Amino acid sequence: MSVFKDAGHLFRFAGLFVLAFLVFLVVRHYVVPKSFGQYGHYRAAAIGEIASHPAKFAGHETCEACHSDVADKKSKGKHAHVNCEACHWALVQKLPTPEGPKPNLYERLLALIVPPAPPDPPLLRHAEDPTSVKPVLPDTTVLCARCHTASSAKPKGFPQVVPADHSNGMPCDSCHQPHNPGMNDSATDAPARQAGGTK
Amino acid sequence: MNLNRRHFLILLPAAAIAWKSVLAGTPEEAPNYNMTDHWWSMLIDIPKCIGCGNCVRACQTENDVPDGYFRTWVERYHVSDWEMKNPQDIMANPLTDPQVISPDGGKEGFPVASDTSGKYFFVPKMCNQCADSPCTQVCPVGATFITPDGVVMVDQKYCLGCAYCVQACPYGCRYIHPEKRVADKCTLCYHRITKGLTTACCEACPTGARQLADLKNTKDPIHEFLKTHSVQVLKPQMATGAKVFYNDLDGSVR
Repeated sequence: MSVFKDAGHLFRFAGLFVLAFLVFLVVRHYVVPKSFGQYGHYRAAAIGEIASHPAKFAGHETCEACHSDVADKKSKGKHAHVNCEACHWALVQKLPTPEGPKPNLYERLLALIVPPAPPDPPLLRHAEDPTSVKPVLPDTTVLCARCHTASSAKPKGFPQVVPADHSNGMPCDSCHQPHNPGMNDSATDAPARQAGGTK
Repeated sequence: MNLNRRHFLILLPAAAIAWKSVLAGTPEEAPNYNMTDHWWSMLIDIPKCIGCGNCVRACQTENDVPDGYFRTWVERYHVSDWEMKNPQDIMANPLTDPQVISPDGGKEGFPVASDTSGKYFFVPKMCNQCADSPCTQVCPVGATFITPDGVVMVDQKYCLGCAYCVQACPYGCRYIHPEKRVADKCTLCYHRITKGLTTACCEACPTGARQLADLKNTKDPIHEFLKTHSVQVLKPQMATGAKVFYNDLDGSVR
């Protein structure tokens, strides 16, 4: 054991290194998120967090599950490819946010640097509660004009009119039925025609 | 302190066990969704876009994008007759020709164009979901990344708001959120596409000018479309591996 004679100071120093390394490991364990580095140099759990946001637009399949009559009517006309929510918009209502879980040490440390973003408010959907979240009948003078106002910038084949000349301020749905806007034989349910229009 | 060799040798495995627990991770994943089965992209069909701004408003509704900031926006180009005849003329003033407007991101549509000379077209813009994105490479803290299914996203709990990525994006698709003070951008509606829905902009587009595409799905119509149409990406010279494909893109689009 003559090698280790008078080497006590070196071992004390090595012990300090080991201790510092252990402290580093413990701190790192708490500071570095568990999923960091699983797929790359980022926190893999963030993918799941972003994916868990609630969707607001329900998608036309959800609408058609109940409103199959409108879907049938629409599928025969020129608006067949226009999704329900392109006009009716997302039928959701934001509810007050409940208290979230208590933040852990990592989140509390991070909150000192970056204030945490507020959580997503829970949503009430028309598809889940049709009586509470009611759709608003769109104003056709505004809605239709958004797409169909004539402009030389629009594609040539797209049907477009100058609203003032075309309808003289009358709402579009006095002649056109928005779910099937054609004025030919298919548009039998247009209100003006029902009121005794010529065929 | 009396640390001998025996004590040191006992400490070594303890340190190894601690290290193992550091490396272990337990990420959350959406059920019934396998990231390795998808490689998301977007197709934008320029001849179909009418500049109604539905996509911009839908994105704002879906993702709570603050006013004046955009994850997607629509630009209207006007290329004059002269520019069309002399496309290679370097003396042309790039500020006036082609003329590009995007009032409030095209959210409420565009003013009526009465000038019939030259040609007009709309170009919807958004994050190009680059496969080799410059924005993820510059992040100093690993807060922005490309997911295994090809979507560029921001970890807003990790982001420090240094805005390096905002400067790095060659397409101007990122911004610092005015309230959260962190980078924000298009997530390709990741919370929707992982549930089998399409993006909010595609759902609200009345003409089908925007279509979500999955390049790993062999049945996706995108493959046939790419074979039969003249499709380009924006700024191909930047070698970003952009995955937003533009059909019939005019050469004047920058």
